Amino acid sequence: MSDSLKDIVEIKINGLSISINKHFCKGCGICIEMCPTKVFEWSEKLSEKGVYFPVPSYIDKCTKCRRCELMCPDFAISVEVEEGAG
Amino acid sequence: MSKYRMLKYLRQEVLPTTMCLGCGGGTVLNIFANAVDELGIDPKDLVMVSGIGCSAWIPSPYFKADTLHTTHGRPIAFATGIKVGLPDKYVVVISGDGDLAGIGGNHLLHAARRNIDIAVILVNNFIHGMTGGQVAPTTPFGAKTTTTPYGNIEHPLNISETVAAAGASYVARWTTANPFMLLKSIKKALTKKGFALVEVISQCPVQFGQRNKLRSAPDMLRWFLKNSVPLKKAMKMSPEELEGKIVIGEFIDRERVEFVEELNKIIRGVYVNAD
Ligand SMILES: Cc1ncc(C[n+]2csc(CCOP(=O)(O)OP(=O)(O)O)c2C)c(N)n1
Ligand code: SF4
Ligand code: SF4
Repeated sequence: MSDSLKDIVEIKINGLSISINKHFCKGCGICIEMCPTKVFEWSEKLSEKGVYFPVPSYIDKCTKCRRCELMCPDFAISVEVEEGAG
Repeated sequence: MSKYRMLKYLRQEVLPTTMCLGCGGGTVLNIFANAVDELGIDPKDLVMVSGIGCSAWIPSPYFKADTLHTTHGRPIAFATGIKVGLPDKYVVVISGDGDLAGIGGNHLLHAARRNIDIAVILVNNFIHGMTGGQVAPTTPFGAKTTTTPYGNIEHPLNISETVAAAGASYVARWTTANPFMLLKSIKKALTKKGFALVEVISQCPVQFGQRNKLRSAPDMLRWFLKNSVPLKKAMKMSPEELEGKIVIGEFIDRERVEFVEELNKIIRGVYVNAD
């Protein structure tokens, strides 16, 4: 278990936030390949765990379907929508 | 700390999970947590039971509810006892195909026949993952495993059809590439009176995928999507056309007399007559 906020990569835009927990992410690529609008790309650097992880660089394309959040086997993704920003 | 809302249902001190990267078992755990959350079930009202294998690790130790990690093949037998003793609890079995349909196959059949009110999430990864990737009664014809290096010469058991025929109230099959349908069916299974089975075709990229030209979890998920046929369409196809396909959908959804309720009716009747 890790409590450190430096484990989190978060990108925000217009009341939408997508965050990845680098401590949980094993780098399987499910989110990257299964996102219908290709919001994620691989990181350039390895995480402390030694894996490439997803970065939601194209968050502007996110439709808030939450498929990535639901499919991640490691509970590493969180998609949050601020109230009223739906 | 990840911000994901579903983490509140997990024992976070044991995370990250011991599952391999990309294992579908984690996705099943994630979707199960969402089902519990959307139904507003208090985890205190849940009893989770599993057997032996990688998939038996999905509820135990991760899900923060009462969990019983039992012997190989026997979780449905334990779950039957729990449901009879504690009829007000949601009793849920999550375990593998080898565990529930191989060594424990008879428990599965007869729990469905009795139509006892438990929900079974059977994680079918086509293989005995934990012990090194041996052939299972669910391995597709022709597939390579450590014990079928020249290809499997046996035909896989059609679990969903068998359990529906045995008498279950609810049976559905989806793959881990259909997360929204899976979520809907798990919610239905949790609330259905009677025996409910959700068969989840799930990726074991390590023991199954790598031996069958599906090297990663995304490769396996794409293969699931390409090979899945909705039940309605499958009904119009011949057995030859369906060879190697994954038929997905709801196989049965019906009302049928339930075991524990009938048992308690008898018990009440006997006490009344004794007075
Ligand atoms: C009585 C008994 N026989 C055999 C074993 C060895 N064993 C452990 S896990 C397993 C297979 C589990 O397969 P499955 O249920 O498909 O789970 P997976 O690991 O694929 O998720 C076997 C045969 C055992 N633990 N106990
Ligand atoms: S699905 Fe989860 S574990 Fe896999 S790469 Fe994405 S964030 Fe990491
Ligand atoms: S061996 Fe297969 S089933 Fe077991 S944890 Fe690894 S990927 Fe999952």
